[in-house]
Amino acid sequence: MTAVTAGEIAPRRHPNYKLRRRLGEALALALGLVLVVWTLAPIYNMVMVALESHNDVFSTNVWPADPSPYSFWIVFTEGYWYLEYFWHQYANSIYIGFWTVFLTLGIGSMVSYSIGRMRIRHGWLLTNAALLTYLVPASFLAIPFYRMMQAYGLGNNVWSIIAVEVTFATPYAIFIFQQYGRSIPFELDEAARIDGASPIQVYFRIYLPLMAPALVAVGTYALLLAWNEYLYQFLLLSNKRSMTVPVALAQFLNSDESPWNYMMATAIVYAVPPVVIYYLFRGRMTAGLTMGGVKG
Amino acid sequence: MASVSVIEAGRVAPRRASVLRKLRGGLQGSEYAWAIAFCIPYIGVFIAFVVFPVFYGLWLGHQPSLYVELFNDPIYQQTVVNTILYLVIGVNVKMFLALLLSGFFMRRGWWVKGLLMIYVLPWAVPALPTFISIHWMLNTQWGLINNVLWDAFGIDGPGWLDTSRWLALGSVIVTYIWKNMPFWTVILLAGRMAIPQELYEAAEVDGATGIRRFVHVSLPLLANLYLVCTLLSTIFTLGDFNTAYFISGGGPALSTHVLATLGIRDAFEIARPQLGVAAVLSALPLMIPLVMLLMHKLRTSEVQL
Repeated sequence: MTAVTAGEIAPRRHPNYKLRRRLGEALALALGLVLVVWTLAPIYNMVMVALESHNDVFSTNVWPADPSPYSFWIVFTEGYWYLEYFWHQYANSIYIGFWTVFLTLGIGSMVSYSIGRMRIRHGWLLTNAALLTYLVPASFLAIPFYRMMQAYGLGNNVWSIIAVEVTFATPYAIFIFQQYGRSIPFELDEAARIDGASPIQVYFRIYLPLMAPALVAVGTYALLLAWNEYLYQFLLLSNKRSMTVPVALAQFLNSDESPWNYMMATAIVYAVPPVVIYYLFRGRMTAGLTMGGVKG
Repeated sequence: MASVSVIEAGRVAPRRASVLRKLRGGLQGSEYAWAIAFCIPYIGVFIAFVVFPVFYGLWLGHQPSLYVELFNDPIYQQTVVNTILYLVIGVNVKMFLALLLSGFFMRRGWWVKGLLMIYVLPWAVPALPTFISIHWMLNTQWGLINNVLWDAFGIDGPGWLDTSRWLALGSVIVTYIWKNMPFWTVILLAGRMAIPQELYEAAEVDGATGIRRFVHVSLPLLANLYLVCTLLSTIFTLGDFNTAYFISGGGPALSTHVLATLGIRDAFEIARPQLGVAAVLSALPLMIPLVMLLMHKLRTSEVQL
């Protein structure tokens, strides 16, 4: 069919078709080159500064004069006073990420099961609540949230951060789970119920295993959200031992003498895990995004 | 007679049961309890961390005198202008470029696929490291951009962040586009891929290629998605704290704050939480219609991307 179509069209095409095609390809390559430079410039700058010595940072170099991984060594060995608790802070970020994923998946899948599978009455109210939360910018709730957490005595406690991240990751989870859940036939639930399974057995033995792809997509989303979030972590964690890597990183920026090379090395060490996870689960993430709501 | 009453009694009982069942959405006894139990964690989170802060925030910012003070503050007036420029220019330029680039990434060929992998990096890398890197790139004396300008053209680059409000705000907007364009490109790319190939083939038979194909086939089919994405992006951008905070930090002379950063500054740097909440709440006249429109759009069309 396509061959026939192509055969019909070919004679009608412009005589300079080949030339135009070549030109188009050249233009596309030029655009591609511009995109690569545009995309990589800040990342190149990050790597360049991280590989420079302190004096070279304050120079007009466009590439590192004498590249060395010394700054990374400083970061790994916590060899600078701002990096005193670096690994401790890294562990805090991981801890927050783990619990955010676990609780988001748990709470999100439970409520989606109840709304989508058990069809609880007025379930749409909960769906709307989630939609509303999804549309409220997180930063707009920061001030009351901060005061609330201080009142609860949860200042400088990583659990206050976990609460925030779960709050803002769950609505997305509910969307994706409900959308994905529609592809699982109800007959499976019914068959299990007739065989005498209780709702909680159906949830664990049928619902969760079949939802695995959606769980992976949402888990990745929640992990990256928690790992990348800054504002709440900055407001709620001020103690060096309770703070996370992004907060520590931003503290560098506000210090009088900024050791830019150490800062960029820290930034790279902090950025590598999410980038790796992102590329590992890219397909799933994109599928999730195109399935339901959209959030970056 | 007796048999009739038995029948009637027999009729009433199931009807009452069915009313009860209807109330419970067709669930019975223990099932209903389970269904509620499964919702309780989310209801708890929603009430404790969404409803409560929202009402607490409304209460904190309820005094009209706060708004009088805000509207008379020149920094706040500048901030409103900045926020509008940030939303109008940032969101629209980004979405339009994303729409065009999504078409570019529909091209066949291995290098386009490889390019896409590189192109999505700004989305994959956490915001903070790249923003700090861009902040340093824009340094007047030692930044990469001015170094390149000097090495390549012998030009002394301007002080991007510390001399002019417009240069600094422009830097914030360009950084914002750099960071967010890949995400929306991928969304629009998925939207384009969902368009059946037959439509393009039919259009080609009718002689529509290039721009005409875009205007008459792609655009009408992408219009709804594009609109929803733009609205969503506007709301997310309204709440964007990191970009302005890390690129310009509100400087020079507090002239490039946006509402999200000004609220935090008022609340924590000058320790007036009520004023900070009022600054944020002053965005409600824009937010409420946007949220209502989006709730409607997302619910009805379910944005099949």
